[in-house]
Amino acid sequence: MYAHDYTDGGNDMPLEVLLVEDSPGDVRLTQEAFRAANLSVHLHVANDGVEAMAFLRREGVHANAPRPDLTLLDLNMPRMDGREVLAQIKKDDRLKTIPIAILTTSESEADVAKSYELHANCYLCKPVQLAAFESLVKSVNDFWLTKARLPQAQ
Amino acid sequence: MPLEVLLVEDSGGDVRLTQEAFHAVNPAVRLHVANDGIEALTFLRHEGVFVDVPRPDLTLLDLNMPRMDGREVLALIKNDASLKTIPVVILTTSDADGDIAKSYQLHANCYLRTPVQLNAFESLVKSINDFWLTKATLPQIQ
Repeated sequence: MYAHDYTDGGNDMPLEVLLVEDSPGDVRLTQEAFRAANLSVHLHVANDGVEAMAFLRREGVHANAPRPDLTLLDLNMPRMDGREVLAQIKKDDRLKTIPIAILTTSESEADVAKSYELHANCYLCKPVQLAAFESLVKSVNDFWLTKARLPQAQ
Repeated sequence: MPLEVLLVEDSGGDVRLTQEAFHAVNPAVRLHVANDGIEALTFLRHEGVFVDVPRPDLTLLDLNMPRMDGREVLALIKNDASLKTIPVVILTTSDADGDIAKSYQLHANCYLRTPVQLNAFESLVKSINDFWLTKATLPQIQ
């Protein structure tokens, strides 16, 4: 369903991005947009919140998973939704410094407020138009992976 | 729909440069300035001369300042139920890993290093505008 061979070795300083997203179409579009924006990005995919937590805690098949430099988190997913993943990450002393960008189709003010309350680092509404989506991924890359200083993996 | 941005910065030069850069990038931005942490919290809590000030859509926070530094301001904002949703961008000359880690631990929304070069500074302000004030969805004022 996704690669968990973490030994790519293609780039000296890859940027590890974890995408937590249950829609395969959105996963594909995000992969393609990052490939166009920045070849140094290693995009890892978790298909729901349970898998995201297993990745971040390096459990099971994720034993050798890298710590993400940035996580893109959908809100509405089966099994464990993005709100719960966000709350767990930001309460966990080992995980809380990982920047979490909420990336969702929800434009609900309550979802926006709740996400910032739970210490999401930012909230992004997924645009429906493909060009706007590609532009958003480019912005995420330009801001978070180029301009922002990210915490070093501990 | 003005965008209210609070800049917490003790250096008069950096305040001027930030004002000029926002003016060039986005005339809808209203930049408010607090010169240290105490003034920032007074602004955010609408106290004293700040009784009628708006709630910021975004706050840019320096770390090293007299009276109350940025770490303490950040901790107070992010532990205050009425203020914690305000996005706080750390904007500092410090590139210390310890400052970066500590800021994210205290729930800074992001950490940016103030560049020394003037054109890089303008480019950074443009990035802040393009990402935070254009692409990101910000919490509505409660």
